[in-house]
Amino acid sequence: MRALVWHGKEDIRCDEVTDPEIEDPRDAIIRVTSCAICGSDLHLYHNFIPAMMPGDIVGHEMMGEVVEVGSGAAGSLKKGDRIVVPFTIFCGECIQCQRGNYSVCQRSNRKKEFADKVYGHSTAGLFGYSHLTGGYPGGQAEYLRVPFADKTHIKVPDGIPDETLLFLGDIFPTGWQAAVQCDIQPTDTVAVWGCGPVGQMAIRSAILLGAKQVIAIDRLPERLSMAEAGGAIPINFAEESVIERLNDLTNGQGPEKCIDAVGTESHVSFKHPDTIVDRVMQMNMLSSDRPHVLREMIYVCQPGGILSIPGVYGGIVNQFPFGLVMNKGLTIRTGQTHVNRWTDELLRMIEDKLIDPSFVVTHTADLADGPDLYRIFRDKQDSCIKVVLKP
Amino acid sequence: MKLFSRMSDIARSPGDPVVITPGPSVKPAADQMARGLGWFSLALGAFELAAPRTITRFLGMEGHENLIRAYGAREIAAGMTSLSTEKELGLWSRVFGDALDIATLMAACRYSNPKRENVALALAVVVGITLLDLGSANAQTMTHSRRKGRHRDYSDRSGFPGGAIMARGKALERQRSETTGAIR
Repeated sequence: MRALVWHGKEDIRCDEVTDPEIEDPRDAIIRVTSCAICGSDLHLYHNFIPAMMPGDIVGHEMMGEVVEVGSGAAGSLKKGDRIVVPFTIFCGECIQCQRGNYSVCQRSNRKKEFADKVYGHSTAGLFGYSHLTGGYPGGQAEYLRVPFADKTHIKVPDGIPDETLLFLGDIFPTGWQAAVQCDIQPTDTVAVWGCGPVGQMAIRSAILLGAKQVIAIDRLPERLSMAEAGGAIPINFAEESVIERLNDLTNGQGPEKCIDAVGTESHVSFKHPDTIVDRVMQMNMLSSDRPHVLREMIYVCQPGGILSIPGVYGGIVNQFPFGLVMNKGLTIRTGQTHVNRWTDELLRMIEDKLIDPSFVVTHTADLADGPDLYRIFRDKQDSCIKVVLKP
Repeated sequence: MKLFSRMSDIARSPGDPVVITPGPSVKPAADQMARGLGWFSLALGAFELAAPRTITRFLGMEGHENLIRAYGAREIAAGMTSLSTEKELGLWSRVFGDALDIATLMAACRYSNPKRENVALALAVVVGITLLDLGSANAQTMTHSRRKGRHRDYSDRSGFPGGAIMARGKALERQRSETTGAIR
């Protein structure tokens, strides 16, 4: 089959690979009908996430049709079922899964000993996201083996296009969880840094959850135009001061809730000298992340406020103003998304036409064009915001 | 790279797909050039740091070893940047470094310098490399830049079939009505 394979930094290729096989009774295999390139795939593309190996298949946003089911998953799935695959693999039985904390499932990371050493305690297995998270092959491929498939799936109905359902596997629940973690009140201003796909979903989620005011921060006009369409007030950080504008919009109080939908690769610019220091440190392996957005959120957030962080960070963050967090009494909520905790509610909203997540798709192409689209997405060329690939 | 992907197969389980035939690399030529120049920068920088006296002797610039060391550090910084995701910055910093090198060599190319011929040779080489750097930096900018002023307007993409105004607070209302319904 064809699959997008990581060969090294900025080197993803469409390779011919062997087909996946059922290994465990709880496995299933799907024929992938649609998959997407996620913003967090760019961290792999740039080799900022440790423990990638040449030959790893990437991709963690995918959906398709079940073509083979192991005996242990047969009660939940059957051939021909249409499913979206959540990017977090979970067993459904461990203590964390029973609490609904699926992204920290204790059993699904098959390289748990390795991850335990690095993280203290392992996170769940993830599709196509390094050997720290299990080394599972990703879904930017024609076929995908889904481990713990009896639990790790979202059944979706026929009659709704792939593009509308696909994002149930990652960016929609990720944006939703980011907003839910903010505990939004009707009087709240929610500021969202980053208007990429997760930021766009977080904006829509904050609107749906009744925020008084949602503010979107980015530098790309096309992304800001999409954010504005979703009901946000745009701030272009290349043209105006984020801190001043946020304070203006909140009568000098600062936003009550802040969402970091940027993560480890904050934009580097001479206007923000800390981003240059971060980049130099990152280049010299003295730091793994560039936390400019975190610093800005901590500085501008209203005391007693909440910082919600769906953006991916890899490891060590330098120059982190923790004294401000403590003295302002800020609450930080973060984590990989517990996808299936939210998907029943989100699917109902899609079915009831409250939201159609396909608005974010700007490019659709054949899987073979994936490597080129990684570059176009990374370089933000051709107004690219979200790429859907058809294997 | 095929060898590396074969070696990494030992980290996979038997049911995982493995590469049969790698696809073609789509790395733009500009990136491959940046990689080559990045490694060249690192090698030259290391040499300048490690053996400045060899260079000053060849150029008749004895006593300027610290300057050569500083240029070595600059080369290494430019090399690392050219090999990183900030290739454009790395290559333009190489062009800036070339200008410094040319200015330094011009100053050393005086009649009183007994190694004047060596300096002229070095100058010719640096001018050639400068042209290469300029071409590569330009290609890098052209390949990866967003074309300014050309962006699509997505102001018709609210994502809310009923409109953004109607959507405000709708999920909260549903959650509340479901909770009320459940209590009843």
